[in-house]
Amino acid sequence: MATEILMPALSPTMEEGTLAKWLVKEGDTVSSGDIMAEIETDKATMEFEAVDEGIVGKILIAEGTEGVKVNTPIAILVEEGEEVGDVSATPAPAAEAPAAEAPAPTAVAAAPAAPQVDLTPDWPEGTAMKEQTVREALRDAMAEEMRADDTVFLMGEEVAEYQGAYKVSQGLLDEFGAKRVIDTPITEHGFAGIGVGAAFGGLRPIVEFMTFNFAMQAIDQIINSAAKTLYMSGGQMGAPMVFRGPNGAAARVGAQHSQDYAAWYMQVPGLKVVMPYSASDAKGLMKTAIRDPNPVIFLENEILYGRTFDVPDMDDFTVPFGKARIWREGDDVTIVSFGIGMQYALEAADKLAEDGISAEVIDLRTLRPMDTSTILNSVMKTNRCVTVEEGWPQGSVGNYISSVIMQQAFDYLDAPVINCTGKDVPMPYAANLEKHALITTAEVIEAVKQVTYR
Amino acid sequence: MAARKAASKPNVSAEELKGYYRDMLLIRRFEEKAGQLYGMGLIGGFCHLYIGQEAVVVGLEAAAEEGDKRITSYRDHGHMLACGMDPNGVMAELTGREGGYSKGKGGSMHMFSKEKHFYGGHGIVAAQVPLGAGLAFADKYLENGRVTFTYFGDGAANQGQVYESYNMAELWDLPVVFVIENNQYAMGTSTKRSTKSPSYWERGAAYGIPGEEVDGMDVLAVKAAGEKAVAHCRAGKGPYILEIKTYRYRGHSMSDPAKYRTREEVQKMRDERDPIEAVRSMLLTGKHASEDDLKAIDKEIKEIVNASAEFAKESPEPHLDELWTDIYADAAPQNA
Repeated sequence: MATEILMPALSPTMEEGTLAKWLVKEGDTVSSGDIMAEIETDKATMEFEAVDEGIVGKILIAEGTEGVKVNTPIAILVEEGEEVGDVSATPAPAAEAPAAEAPAPTAVAAAPAAPQVDLTPDWPEGTAMKEQTVREALRDAMAEEMRADDTVFLMGEEVAEYQGAYKVSQGLLDEFGAKRVIDTPITEHGFAGIGVGAAFGGLRPIVEFMTFNFAMQAIDQIINSAAKTLYMSGGQMGAPMVFRGPNGAAARVGAQHSQDYAAWYMQVPGLKVVMPYSASDAKGLMKTAIRDPNPVIFLENEILYGRTFDVPDMDDFTVPFGKARIWREGDDVTIVSFGIGMQYALEAADKLAEDGISAEVIDLRTLRPMDTSTILNSVMKTNRCVTVEEGWPQGSVGNYISSVIMQQAFDYLDAPVINCTGKDVPMPYAANLEKHALITTAEVIEAVKQVTYR
Repeated sequence: MAARKAASKPNVSAEELKGYYRDMLLIRRFEEKAGQLYGMGLIGGFCHLYIGQEAVVVGLEAAAEEGDKRITSYRDHGHMLACGMDPNGVMAELTGREGGYSKGKGGSMHMFSKEKHFYGGHGIVAAQVPLGAGLAFADKYLENGRVTFTYFGDGAANQGQVYESYNMAELWDLPVVFVIENNQYAMGTSTKRSTKSPSYWERGAAYGIPGEEVDGMDVLAVKAAGEKAVAHCRAGKGPYILEIKTYRYRGHSMSDPAKYRTREEVQKMRDERDPIEAVRSMLLTGKHASEDDLKAIDKEIKEIVNASAEFAKESPEPHLDELWTDIYADAAPQNA
């Protein structure tokens, strides 16, 4: 049967091209793989190979013709003894797919209503509490989950014999052995990838980065492999795992060891992002993170490791993702923060109270999913908002919160939202400069006074 | 360190040999059809064809057992067909349709099959190497006796994460076969222009990993080397490297004019070293199959490939709701 040879698409963007040269003439026999023509695309001159065997019955487009649309018949291939006339003049087959029905467009947010907020307490009233550091809380959370699930293991630099560079994994090697608490070489890109592969293979890895600064070596595996595989596989497989370690500035360690990655990871669909402040949240959220069937970025803080908080003394204490915590109720302004930013937010609220300003302080705890309902609900009451974080200003977490408030509670605002952030500079080493580069309590107080017009 | 060449070729039955012919021909014809559909605008974006390299995956699949895993780069259609994935599902993914392995959301470079233990389908050069070592890590942890074939090209072989993976794989005795598909060109850069040391497999020596070079145009040589590598891994001796010398007939992707090599070089490989022609002639000269037998196979393959193209054209585009699914898992995925 005679077949039409169509102008091929030879690049992802090609819509038309020039038929530069025919390398066969009418009557020639061609077989699969023979070059038939040279075609100029927008990028290059390409050789066009025959796919089927046959005889060139007729050349329909002369060489030198420009602007030949993709899928235009350019020649006719016939079989031995067949006439060109056997080909009926069929139009070029359309490459249109049977279109799936589009859902009706959803209406853009109408009149703002107070969103539903989950106000259930994190633990039952009357629960006994114990004092613990954030460091101990994280260790206990990992140990409890490792006891409960044999597929959970911890890998990273110095996590086993050294007992953790920041002593977060202290005692885990003794309890769980070298099979499940694994010292890696200093090779972040490699062991992050091995962790993701192990998660594909049915395990529940906890990958510790000595700090998240070093995870930049591994960020391709975190985002391209861990975060995107569930989607790329149509839901067939994903990476249930935790990437954890200290994030942000410690003290006097310079520009390369002091970055806050909250805003970076928060941007990525497929990841969940946790950044706790207190020990109870560190514990409850870590347990949730290990059980979560998705890749979780768990951003800790070196300065907070040694801080002591009350932790509920319960058998199985967990904190759900996507639920903010209101640390302090207030009427005049909403201060939203997370991680170590909470320290400045709470200090500022104390001092503002002395000046008669009542601040509501919200700890987001998880940045993705983010509990925007609690923020909006609060802003609808206070009509003012200040965000607090250590990271850089451009493309900050606060920027995102501001946009959500503007789009969903604009009419409630009595002042522009102010984002308090770290300064727009690499972290300096000198003690006085470093202090100035970070967010300060004084700056939070100043921002609140601006939005409350005091 | 192992010998440079596979010592001997295995004894295979006529049926096995016919099977390899059939499997290689399926890949060849499937890829030709994919190239055709690309030309018609039915396949978009990047499309990396496997034509010329068929003996690599068919030889290694002949050395694999049920439950063994495989993972590779974006030049992945051949691997999927060789491990038994459905040509309809693969072709429909190429056309971005609902009936594709990833419901049309992955495309040529990103397909997976839990059922066939195929773990992708990865678009970042060499990223699959630590992932493959990680799959082997899980198998060792779970003590299930499985082996992972981790495929990568000569281009990927210069990425740092390959060597990070070599180090940990040998340190922890992971059951992984690192398969370097050396088709001699990393996109448009020949190995001579990118790599000082003459052979990639020898780099394993720095990590204590044995390996060998294999003739990738000879399916039986590949099978023999694969069996040796798998036996090493299954015996708990850690990883093994196979550098398989092969050749891709087509450009790096569909939009590659391939000006970095001569037409004569490609034609010489096709004429003298074609892996499918080699098996065909072995079958005919050894009288293991008649021309008619082979014609019957050709016909069967043509029908399968045409059916896959029809399926891939007929399958509808994914529903727009699919945009928002599979971003997060609700329950634990059963990966293993």
